[in-house]
Amino acid sequence: MSDIWIMIAKRLALGALTLLVISVIIFSATELLPGDLAQAVLGQSATPETVAAFRRELGLDLPAYQRYVNWLFGALQGDFGTSLANKRPIADLISLRLGNTLFLAVYAAFIAVPLSLTLGILAALFRNTVFDRAANAMALTSISFPEFFVAYILIFFLAQSGLFPSMARVDPSTGFTEALYHTFLPALTLTLVVTAHMMRMTRAAIINLLASPYIEMARLKGMKPMRVIWRHAVPNALAPIITVVALNLAYLITGVVVVEVVFVYPGLGQLMVDSVSKRDFPVVQAVALIFAAAYVLLNLLADVLSTLSNPRLVHRK
Amino acid sequence: MYKSPRTGDISRRGLLKGATALGAAGLILPASVRRAAAEPKRGGVMRLALAAGSTTDSNDPGSWDSQFVQILGTARCGYLTEIANDGSLIGEVAESWEASADAATWTFKIRDGVTFHSGKTVTPDDVIASINYHRGDDSKSAAKPIVAAITEIKADGNAAVFTLDAGNADFPYIMSDYHLPILPSKDGKIDPTTTDGCGGYVLDSFEPGVRAKLTRYPDYWKPNRAWFDGVEMLAVHDSAARQNALITGEVDVIDPVDLNTVHLLERAPGINIMSVAGSQHYTFAMDTRADPFKDNNVRLALKYAIDRQEMVDKVLQGYGTVGNDYPIGINQRYFNPDLEQHSYDPDKAKHYLKEAGLDSLKVQLSAADAAFVGAVDAAVLYSEKAKAAGIDIEVVREPNDGYWDSVWMKKPFCAVYWGGRPTADWMYSMAYAAGVPWNDTFWDNKKFNELLIAARSELDADKRRQMYYEMDDICANQGGVIIPMFANYVMGLSDKIAHDDTVAGNWTLDGFRGVERWWFA
Repeated sequence: MSDIWIMIAKRLALGALTLLVISVIIFSATELLPGDLAQAVLGQSATPETVAAFRRELGLDLPAYQRYVNWLFGALQGDFGTSLANKRPIADLISLRLGNTLFLAVYAAFIAVPLSLTLGILAALFRNTVFDRAANAMALTSISFPEFFVAYILIFFLAQSGLFPSMARVDPSTGFTEALYHTFLPALTLTLVVTAHMMRMTRAAIINLLASPYIEMARLKGMKPMRVIWRHAVPNALAPIITVVALNLAYLITGVVVVEVVFVYPGLGQLMVDSVSKRDFPVVQAVALIFAAAYVLLNLLADVLSTLSNPRLVHRK
Repeated sequence: MYKSPRTGDISRRGLLKGATALGAAGLILPASVRRAAAEPKRGGVMRLALAAGSTTDSNDPGSWDSQFVQILGTARCGYLTEIANDGSLIGEVAESWEASADAATWTFKIRDGVTFHSGKTVTPDDVIASINYHRGDDSKSAAKPIVAAITEIKADGNAAVFTLDAGNADFPYIMSDYHLPILPSKDGKIDPTTTDGCGGYVLDSFEPGVRAKLTRYPDYWKPNRAWFDGVEMLAVHDSAARQNALITGEVDVIDPVDLNTVHLLERAPGINIMSVAGSQHYTFAMDTRADPFKDNNVRLALKYAIDRQEMVDKVLQGYGTVGNDYPIGINQRYFNPDLEQHSYDPDKAKHYLKEAGLDSLKVQLSAADAAFVGAVDAAVLYSEKAKAAGIDIEVVREPNDGYWDSVWMKKPFCAVYWGGRPTADWMYSMAYAAGVPWNDTFWDNKKFNELLIAARSELDADKRRQMYYEMDDICANQGGVIIPMFANYVMGLSDKIAHDDTVAGNWTLDGFRGVERWWFA
């Protein structure tokens, strides 16, 4: 097992290095955006004097590297600073939104992962039957439509009839079951969007294995098809499936701004968009770092789990 | 004792009549939209979905640039004066006001019995601190330019006395600006982040860019306002999401309605479309310092090469009126009815091109939907129609992001929107006077500038009117701005919402005050 721990430590160190590089990229990218916060916040009504007063007060007149270093050291101590635009602590600003984003991502994952694995396995088992084709066609259809279109279709059928609310209104006082009800449509939209990828990867991985000699052997022994799949095929197909599931989970956290906008769901994506348009750099940087960290951590988790799933990788010489 | 905010004491002096007559646009709604004028009644929580609101919004009135905080601020706070739904000016925190003979000193008597939500009584000191917050060299308030003319404010018993650097007959109108709420002061300063106020609703919670919740202030001094028990404001940027929310009954009011689908919403049961003509207008601004716009003949050629009616029909779907290249709307005071309407006339445009010594003209027009919804479409329509006059307009599609920083007032010809201001002086002083920060055409017309200053302190209504009419004329025929259309404020209301027959047009949502003026039928 110690090999595993060394690997995790190495990957964590690499992950931290990646995040550092990303932080530099994020910072430079925000610097390259035209205009600055003072102008964006004051909008059309900005005059040169008010802009200058605003910049002075927020420390925007300091050189870029100085602001970067200040910010990085703050972030390392868990202090993301305060939003330039409305002076609120960024940690407060983000925690609520991060909670919402994670809630929706986990909710969608709880529907999407079992659904796509089951559909994928069944499709592999009954491949080239009507079921296989139908499942594939539906999954591909839903992934081919843009997210907002899927969302509008769901709203048209499920919200206008009054079954589910068209706006996912949640706040800290909303109860758990109520929150599940309110966010059902966005979760379903995300499910439809991510299912195809995971399902087809599962199907392909298993079909690939079904052609191997050891599966043939199992069949010849007279095992039932389901047992062949669960006992022999799935464990060996886990590595690619885990990777694709991790990628999709990361997507659920970082890429759902369109769904947030359509369903008026206060998540991180909307925060990021608002902050970019207002040039609220500290918030943009904090959110971008969280997104980057989500990708790094989920990939790390995927790597560790796929290694564990394969004894040959665990006891690598 | 209660004094009606309607009548107040405002027309005590004949010389002020001009200043308090119909100012911003009020609109009598067509019968189809008119609600049965039932007695207003209390109760219910009004849910309002707005297309504005950003995570970066704050409680600081100096930074209120989105409609979400503007409406929220108006619900929470009281102002010295208020523009009533018929466009007249009435007192709010100020019970009455009067000017010195030169209109350079204004005395606002503070109404008795107005209290902040914290229980503190509103005093002249609060008024002084609230306005002073926007003044001064280190002020970073967006309202700094509009209070720049104030040289001194001092308390005089139960009144606040404002001294201006020059006469301004419209000064009380300026005090109704949404940036200037009266907030509680401590040691002569206000806390700009306070959530206190003396308006009809108490702020319960505010999650910037998401929602705000308010409840009625039980000790509100106006007995005939703030009918809803509570208000929930939501930021819903997606126009389809807003419409869905209204159709499924999740909200009671949406603002604005997407004009491309408004005809579908009109057909939905239980929904009224409210369309109010106001001072909001869309412009194409030309830099009058730059070639070829330096030459007024070129500007006139461009003014005659635009098909205004087509733009109102296609870009505004009919929810608007044609503009005539000066920023005063049809329902506003000093709208000049005698001025010849510029209309689409390729021959005239060619004539002016020839006057400028040109056979043809090639210009670039920058536009983005950040300027106004449909700006790119409008620019393309313009380009198509201008071809007949030998004018080749190349439409440059600019990014929405950073439009006001890197396009507006930087590119010589670009699309702009203006919310408009309640008085002609305010509008002209803000964007047409020589050298002011938002003069986006960099226009400098000597006669116009002289008239502007003379009219500001002129208290004779007829003389003043003549001066503004002349300024309208100069602006339309010599100015650097093309104003093809005035856009209505178009909102969607559940038929449960009732309101006065007259709805204010100085801002959207009944002058930002639908929250306190409307009620559940």
